Amino acid sequence: MKPFTNFRSRLVPLAINNIDTDQIIPARFLKTTSKEGLDRQLFCDWRYDAQGNPKPDFILNQPRVAGAQVLLAGDNFGCGSSREHAPWALTQFGFRAVISTSFADIFTGNSLKNALLPIAVPPDVHAELFAAVAADPGVTVEIDLAAQTLTTPAGRRVPFPIDAFAKHCLIEGVDELGYILKQEGAIRAYESSHPSPINTLEIVR
Amino acid sequence: MPHTIIEKLWNSHLVEEQPGAPALLFIDLHLVHEVTSPQAFQGLRERGLKVRRPDLTIATADHSIPTTDRSLPIVDQIAAKQLAQLETNCAEFGIRCLGVHSDRQGIVHVIGPELGLTQPGMTVVCGDSHTATHGAFGALAFGIGTSEVENVLASQCLLQLKSKTFEVKVEGTLRRGVSAKDIILALIAKIGVGGGTGCVFEFTGSAIRALSMDERMTVCNMSIEGGARAGLIAPDDTTFEYLCGRPHAPKGAAWDAAMARWKQLPTDSGAIYDRQVTIDANALEPMITYGTNPGMGMPINAPLPEPAEVTDPMARDSIAKALAYMGLEGGKPLAGHAIDVVFIGSCTNSRISDLRAAASVLKGRKVNPKLRVLVVPGSQEVKRQAIAEGLSDIFLAAGCEWRDAGCSMCIAMNGDQLAPGEYSVSTSNRNFEGRQGKGGRTFLASPLTAAASAITGVVTDVRTLL
Repeated sequence: MKPFTNFRSRLVPLAINNIDTDQIIPARFLKTTSKEGLDRQLFCDWRYDAQGNPKPDFILNQPRVAGAQVLLAGDNFGCGSSREHAPWALTQFGFRAVISTSFADIFTGNSLKNALLPIAVPPDVHAELFAAVAADPGVTVEIDLAAQTLTTPAGRRVPFPIDAFAKHCLIEGVDELGYILKQEGAIRAYESSHPSPINTLEIVR
Repeated sequence: MPHTIIEKLWNSHLVEEQPGAPALLFIDLHLVHEVTSPQAFQGLRERGLKVRRPDLTIATADHSIPTTDRSLPIVDQIAAKQLAQLETNCAEFGIRCLGVHSDRQGIVHVIGPELGLTQPGMTVVCGDSHTATHGAFGALAFGIGTSEVENVLASQCLLQLKSKTFEVKVEGTLRRGVSAKDIILALIAKIGVGGGTGCVFEFTGSAIRALSMDERMTVCNMSIEGGARAGLIAPDDTTFEYLCGRPHAPKGAAWDAAMARWKQLPTDSGAIYDRQVTIDANALEPMITYGTNPGMGMPINAPLPEPAEVTDPMARDSIAKALAYMGLEGGKPLAGHAIDVVFIGSCTNSRISDLRAAASVLKGRKVNPKLRVLVVPGSQEVKRQAIAEGLSDIFLAAGCEWRDAGCSMCIAMNGDQLAPGEYSVSTSNRNFEGRQGKGGRTFLASPLTAAASAITGVVTDVRTLL
């Protein structure tokens, strides 16, 4: 992973609550054994008609989206299935952050592992952002991860929460596994004091 | 200090807690399937890592597997490749795989309990959000993403932030025609699909204690649909009876020792939960969803909601959008609405007691000839048992399709799917747009409601047929 740097971006508004991961990427695309090539499948069933042609009224098909890196979505974004294909598809499309009032737990974890920042803001800020982008699609926000702030188009600096360890991993561009593997001593100590009640390799009837 | 079972499970699995990092939790059982694992195995290869504890890991094929004749080659070449990849990965990393041709194959959340691998006091994970199912045994069980699958394969541990505790107390007695599925659909309708975000549910109360293990699994299974990553039920005699004699359950002196440990698990009296909600089981009716998320549910005879009556604009738009997708009109009843397909199956409702419930309604009756009715057992073991009990004969005589074990039309990855615009009454767990096939429209309900609707061809209150 590349270190996560501060950036300024236009917003891609998607004013729908409870956007589930089946909408972000439908299950029929999960037969892949790779992480790659998922950007075309992002929001596939909202984005393309039955013939596979882009629907011009869907936001992701509009020229204004080019270069925008922040998705502004309704409440409880990313609910449903645990598929990590959802953040893979979002980042491959070019998103680096999603703003909502809340995120589903598994989606949050998956996103942070893929340099996609879930930014939860209070309802008034959320409403302000939707109003700002409705008034002028060209408005931008600034995201400063180190300071944990989102600067709204009106210049308001809004703090957002993030787990300190996830923040560290994003800023350094490292993943969790390296840290976990360094805890070998503690893992071994746990294993030796907690004999396992099962053995899946045993063939039993 | 009194503790909840959730805190006891957390504390007993703490490997390490360092300042500035989440807790490192040990995982007792890791279930693997074909869809969310290939990229994780690839990650291990790229880092030159092994699977740390193959003895705590088991794989099966369920999501993209056909539910038709398994002796035939798989038509969908992409699915075939994914299923073959699972077998290759398991062979390479030394993991036992109950694959396409295993007589123990089945939905991952059906076979874990069935084999006695899921036990009280464990931590259980799987790259699947319905892993909460295993919480029915008093285990801390939750779904993880593929990066976390890789972490667990490599280290048998996960970095986790502590969840809040959320007691869901269900008191009273379920009335005839009302089942475990209705409890969980009622909870989700009450708190919404984000209502349990950041929490682990503990289901308590007399109505929960009265449930069988199969029914408890149905309740815990859909915790994620209420936003909670895990949901569990303290173990009791019902749990112990279910486990006793299962292939991987402890035997002899080990059983006695396990029982002594398991009996320490239930929440101590006086323990405090972060949140609580109560559901009156006596007042519950058969539930059905009308919209495009599992929180859009209601008693089966209720009128559909009127978007105009909702004040919050985004919530109003969500309901209006859902009703438009579903081709429904606010204020009208849903009971009596024509359907095209009934699906009885999924990790929510494909166990033997679910099939018995459906068969009790279908026995001696015929399904509406306009309908396609799929009955998909959760595992090879459930399939064998259903055949032995004569349930498959009841389904076939009624005009249902009796299929092989897998996720099937719950997730529609394997060719079992709705055509655009078709309506289903489904015993599965998600009614998201296109979940059962692009353009398909899903009403979630219990096996009893599904069986009743299969007979009439319309959304039906099962109590009219009992």
